[in-house]
Amino acid sequence: MLLSPAILALIGVSAVVTALLLLASVFAVRVLRHWDIRSGSELQLRLERSTYLISTLVTFAIAAEVVALLLFVYNAEGMHTQFVGAMCATGVLNVNAWGWPALLLKIAVFFAGSVWLLLNRLDNQGYDYPLIRLKYGLLLVLLPLVATAAVVQLQYFLNLNPDVITSCCGSLFSPDAQGVAAEVSSVTPRTAMLALYGSGALVFASGAIYLWRRRLATLFAASAAVAFPIAIVAIVSCVALYVYEHPHHHCPFCILKSGHDYIGYWLYLPLFTATALALGVGALAPWRHIESLRTAVAADARRYAAIALAGFVLFYAVATWAIVRSNLTMAGTWW
Amino acid sequence: MSHFLRRQRYLIDFTLASLGRRKGKNLGLLGVYTLIVFLLASVMLFSQSLRREAGLLLENAPEVVVQRMVAGRHDLIPAAYLERIGKVRGVAAKYGRLWGYFYDPAVQANYTLLVPRDQEIKSGEMIVGAGIARTRGLGAGDYLTFRSAQGQSFAFRVADVLASDAELVSADLLLVNEADYRAFFGIAEGMYTDLALEVRNPQEVRKVAEKLSVMLPDTRPILREEILRTYDALFQWRQGIVFVLLAGSLLAFVIFAWDKASGLSAEEKREIGILKAIGWETADVIRMKFWEGALVSLGAFLLGYLAAYVHVFFFDAALFAPVLKGWAVLYPQFRPQPFVDGLQVATLFFFTVFPYTVATVVPIWRAATTDPDAVMR
Amino acid sequence: MIRLNDISKAFNQGQPNEFWAVRDVTLDIEDNRITVLRGPSGSGKTTLLSMIGCLSRPTSGRILLGERNLSGLPERFLTQIRRETFGFIFQRFNLIAGLTVLDNVMLPAYPLAPDHGALVQRATALLEQFGMGSKVASKVEWLSGGEAQRTAICRALLNDPQILIADEPTANLDTRLSQEFMTIIGELKAAGRTLILTSHDPVVSDAPCVDRVITLRDGQVQAD
Repeated sequence: MLLSPAILALIGVSAVVTALLLLASVFAVRVLRHWDIRSGSELQLRLERSTYLISTLVTFAIAAEVVALLLFVYNAEGMHTQFVGAMCATGVLNVNAWGWPALLLKIAVFFAGSVWLLLNRLDNQGYDYPLIRLKYGLLLVLLPLVATAAVVQLQYFLNLNPDVITSCCGSLFSPDAQGVAAEVSSVTPRTAMLALYGSGALVFASGAIYLWRRRLATLFAASAAVAFPIAIVAIVSCVALYVYEHPHHHCPFCILKSGHDYIGYWLYLPLFTATALALGVGALAPWRHIESLRTAVAADARRYAAIALAGFVLFYAVATWAIVRSNLTMAGTWW
Repeated sequence: MSHFLRRQRYLIDFTLASLGRRKGKNLGLLGVYTLIVFLLASVMLFSQSLRREAGLLLENAPEVVVQRMVAGRHDLIPAAYLERIGKVRGVAAKYGRLWGYFYDPAVQANYTLLVPRDQEIKSGEMIVGAGIARTRGLGAGDYLTFRSAQGQSFAFRVADVLASDAELVSADLLLVNEADYRAFFGIAEGMYTDLALEVRNPQEVRKVAEKLSVMLPDTRPILREEILRTYDALFQWRQGIVFVLLAGSLLAFVIFAWDKASGLSAEEKREIGILKAIGWETADVIRMKFWEGALVSLGAFLLGYLAAYVHVFFFDAALFAPVLKGWAVLYPQFRPQPFVDGLQVATLFFFTVFPYTVATVVPIWRAATTDPDAVMR
Repeated sequence: MIRLNDISKAFNQGQPNEFWAVRDVTLDIEDNRITVLRGPSGSGKTTLLSMIGCLSRPTSGRILLGERNLSGLPERFLTQIRRETFGFIFQRFNLIAGLTVLDNVMLPAYPLAPDHGALVQRATALLEQFGMGSKVASKVEWLSGGEAQRTAICRALLNDPQILIADEPTANLDTRLSQEFMTIIGELKAAGRTLILTSHDPVVSDAPCVDRVITLRDGQVQAD
């Protein structure tokens, strides 16, 4: 394995985040077992106060995971010189079978954690904490997810053996067969583009319906959940090609670099934020019938939906702009 | 200004005032915190600049070097091998190189003797690296005498001193012409130290190396990218080792932070009690304490990073250079080019701010959940 | 109107040193009156006061503020009600040393985050009303007892609460200042506020503006 500071930091952060969530879960289990909102006992008061600790721990853990996600990508980018055939971060993630799962799990942790925090925020506005059992139950689901992400990431780093010169003359240069494919597989740009704008239309339609009519929140969340992976696939197989102006460079990470005007941040930040909030709307809306949550659901879900729609607008606008301003012509030539 | 931002401003206002009221305690914390950031940032910035320096140096090196191996040891390679290689697709140029080491007992250091390809040096003259010039007190026009392999004395006139922009590697360099080199080391005509091949297309380097190892089975091709990769891994690894060694101080810092955060004075406890009694909610107190931590962290991070930056880029990393550079008698005087990089800052953040925050979460929560009626008792 | 229904409060519940500070208290406290809770130390008057003021929760029983049931509300919501409804004056004033008079008075509004200019204006107006206009920028540790008391009153009034709660407000004041304080209390009542005080100081309980004195002993109402 590689003993670089960034890797040590990533492994450390995942371990600590898991530990923090474990601590939060211990408190959560206690709350689940003894919670009685009508009781004035000291035990109940202690449980109520532990909810602050749980919220703080989870908020902090998810914030750390977000920064760690960035560090993970930067680190992959920074390590590409150490692997034969790895031209960029994609190649480094391809070095062993754990790379992509580690990244995907980190993204899953981000979404699950964000939705949990939105739900927690909602519940804290209901004077009788109506969702307390649900949210702490979900916390116990979040814990194994975070732990799995940590283990998979650890496996990835442990199995990362850099190609280094050794003094033994036989293995001086690594044979090409062990080289790493620098590309991610992709679908044809035409299909990707159609799916991208199709799912985009669905998101806008369902989001607009929710904002106007307060209905179909689940559809909005579901279409965001579909639009997100489609958007990622479209970036890989189509948008990125236009950004690089190169018909074969399918890398979702190089667009984050200065050479491409950091356009990746303009794509990913709105996309991730909007998807998380749209999922949040889906998680909040079903509770609008609970008396103590009615006004909170109305206010929060409306705001999240509005921000999410703005985020999606920004994402699709930037993606379209990247395609339009590009000097690469694929229509007719490559399609 | 939105309600949310305004509230954060009020909290920050209060926090700043409260930090100012406990200067002694907070300056102590800030000092230790800054020191930790400084240590780690120095190590990172320094080893990172070593990597970059090595990369810059190798930029002009040939893509492939062929060494002859005899019984597993590096040996001189006959010029005839150049013809045996013949015409390999993708090779733009090929030539033999002459270089070697010479031990100078006068300063107990090893010099690297090299015959430059693109520079004419008159017979009996040499060009020296800045490190040698410094240790032996040489300037252009001075003479330096060495004992050759055959035992005769060779006097060289110093024609020039190398510029010191990439001194890390050129410090111990001596450039002489081919005839002097062969005479000095007693190397016959038609023999070279190794062969260099220039390959323009990076995609073809590996193929060329493969062909060479079939064509010349007693040689080993060394690729530039392999050297770069090895350097990279080596510097990363050293940096990692130093970080592991510093883990002890990091842990001490975490315990210190925990202790500071949980050992609230009676005065501070009373203050939190008052705030809660007059209508601050537990979450408000947690937020206020969060801002306290954030401000201290920000201050320590900026100060520590700045100090490390100055230390590495203006004072040559005086504290760590011996550990990270490796062993040598002729220490290169080395002024790396300043730079800042996102990966480093994020890593540093996780080594300092993250542990600090983790250490303070539970103490902050404990303090914030004081009974609101505590001040009445 | 505040209604207390069979209120009890225990400390160290379920442990050998379990202790019931208030037992089965039933009380109605009317609006726009001055009510004094009187009793020796340990009689439970401060505990009762803190429950009325939403600083703590009863172990059993119900507290109704108007129509709203306060018992069973988590601390988070009790705090919200508290900062809108109640203002507090504490025995030792409990001002934060090192901050100016103005900053101390503004503190209760920080979590509500009103416009800063408006807040400063409101706090300054209050301080001027209580004759503290010249002391706005002084640090609180330099104030005399009476000035500190008036600063504490201004702080309690900042969020314009309907009900003012004072715990032993005259314990650290001499007789003249205590009488001055009771005059202020009378003026506040005249301005339409409800006041609830604890005290064993006769200056307080015998003041002419006081409407009702409730005597507590061993956590129970002894005389009304």
